[in-house]
Amino acid sequence: MKTKILACAMATLFVVAGAAPVTAEVVINQKAKKFDKKKIEIKKGETVKFVNSDSISHNIHSRSAGYKFDLGVSKPGTTASKVFDKAGKFKVRCAIHPKMKLTVKVN
Amino acid sequence: MGTHKKISKIAMSMVVVISGFATVVSTAAISAEKKSRAEWKKEYVRPSEIPFPKENPYTAAKADLGRTLFFDPRLSGANYISCGTCHNPSFARGDGLAKGIGHAMTKLGRRTPTILNLAFGEDLMWDGRFETLEQQALGPMSAPVEMNQNMKAIVAELQQIPEYQTLFNVSFPGKGITVENIAKAIATFERTVVSGVAPFDRWGAGDDHAISTSAKRGFDLFNNKANCVACHSGWNFTDSSFHDIGMPDKDIGRGKVVPGVVVMQHAFKVPTLRNAVERAPYMHDGSLKNLYSVVEHYDNGFVTRPSKSEEIYKLKLTSVEKTDLVEFMKTLSSKDAPIAFPRLPAYDQTVAGSLNVSPAAGPSAGSTANRVPKGACNSFLMHYIPCSK
Ligand SMILES: [Cu+2]
Repeated sequence: MKTKILACAMATLFVVAGAAPVTAEVVINQKAKKFDKKKIEIKKGETVKFVNSDSISHNIHSRSAGYKFDLGVSKPGTTASKVFDKAGKFKVRCAIHPKMKLTVKVN
Repeated sequence: MGTHKKISKIAMSMVVVISGFATVVSTAAISAEKKSRAEWKKEYVRPSEIPFPKENPYTAAKADLGRTLFFDPRLSGANYISCGTCHNPSFARGDGLAKGIGHAMTKLGRRTPTILNLAFGEDLMWDGRFETLEQQALGPMSAPVEMNQNMKAIVAELQQIPEYQTLFNVSFPGKGITVENIAKAIATFERTVVSGVAPFDRWGAGDDHAISTSAKRGFDLFNNKANCVACHSGWNFTDSSFHDIGMPDKDIGRGKVVPGVVVMQHAFKVPTLRNAVERAPYMHDGSLKNLYSVVEHYDNGFVTRPSKSEEIYKLKLTSVEKTDLVEFMKTLSSKDAPIAFPRLPAYDQTVAGSLNVSPAAGPSAGSTANRVPKGACNSFLMHYIPCSK
């Protein structure tokens, strides 16, 4: 239940941020060794914010061909952000927990 | 559930004794709040079904064929090592050695991992280099230092055995014996290898006398002070993650597969703790001789370096607490019934001739023979036949 409440709060934040003129921001929550979404679609130049609501560390990275990146260790309670500046479909994973998978489609 | 491939499922009762638990999907952990023992128990409820991928759904015939292949030493280059040689059912599907031994007594670099409960895994091997069990099944078979089987020769070898032709045709109508189908059959069998109901499961289901008081204290420590749950979570006592747990050897493990990610240096797959007591010695390097040594390692025996997992820190456990943790881990072992070895299909008895002897598997270093053509490098084959550069 708490996860949901947190996710709602994040969504609200997103809406507020989305109203700003420059760039939109999408929030992905990490909780119980899972991403709260499996797929997202964003526009080129938008930022994805990865919030770690777990009691353990995560490590967001992508090994997608042509778009490899590593955001490093994200400790509990911290946030890691990534600007997707290239169009395409990318697989984002936690390097530590292979069951955590997210597809980001950048238009 | 994290895996996206769980399409076809079979009830676990079809292959293993079902537990007394109801099927309960564990709720999301609430990190800030301390959970009670009863709440923690719910996190370890056995699943009622085994997941199978839609690309390779379960059939009983395929699983049976896979079991036969698994125990057939003719799947190795020299025809004397089967998958079951190292993944020995008598050692909870390990080999009881610190480091595995392969073709011509080659000592391997790491300890043989168990094949228990792999249907529930993700990214297989200590370094996670195989994404699926189908790919994994062929890795050790084709590796020159392991089973040393020439994958181009194996199909012809099995075709000399009429019963295999029949069995493959039943499981793979119209396709028969192919390398891919060998992999699919073995993987299907492996997915049915699930650890049985252990005293811990009986305790979880309500039998308060199923485990000792010391083991119960160990369970509390496991989930709290000792922080084992950070990685050994869920009914299978692993979340399939990779961590540098500070073993002092030079092996960089997952670091070779995922270069550039700091915490993947010296990181290895978190193994299941189910039936672990039968699988000594421990860790990827087989350097720790019993579970007490393992607890001591996590308490204060690890080396510290930039890649060390955030979940590893000094625990300050008392000797009673260490014993409690070991007592708890002992309750995760099921007393499974002895395994019947399959009768292996006989060679053709109708024509005279000599047996084809499999040529050596391994292309010597630098050789381009026995490599996947450049254009096909992303195919299924690349995982067991090296790609042309
Ligand atoms: Cu993670």
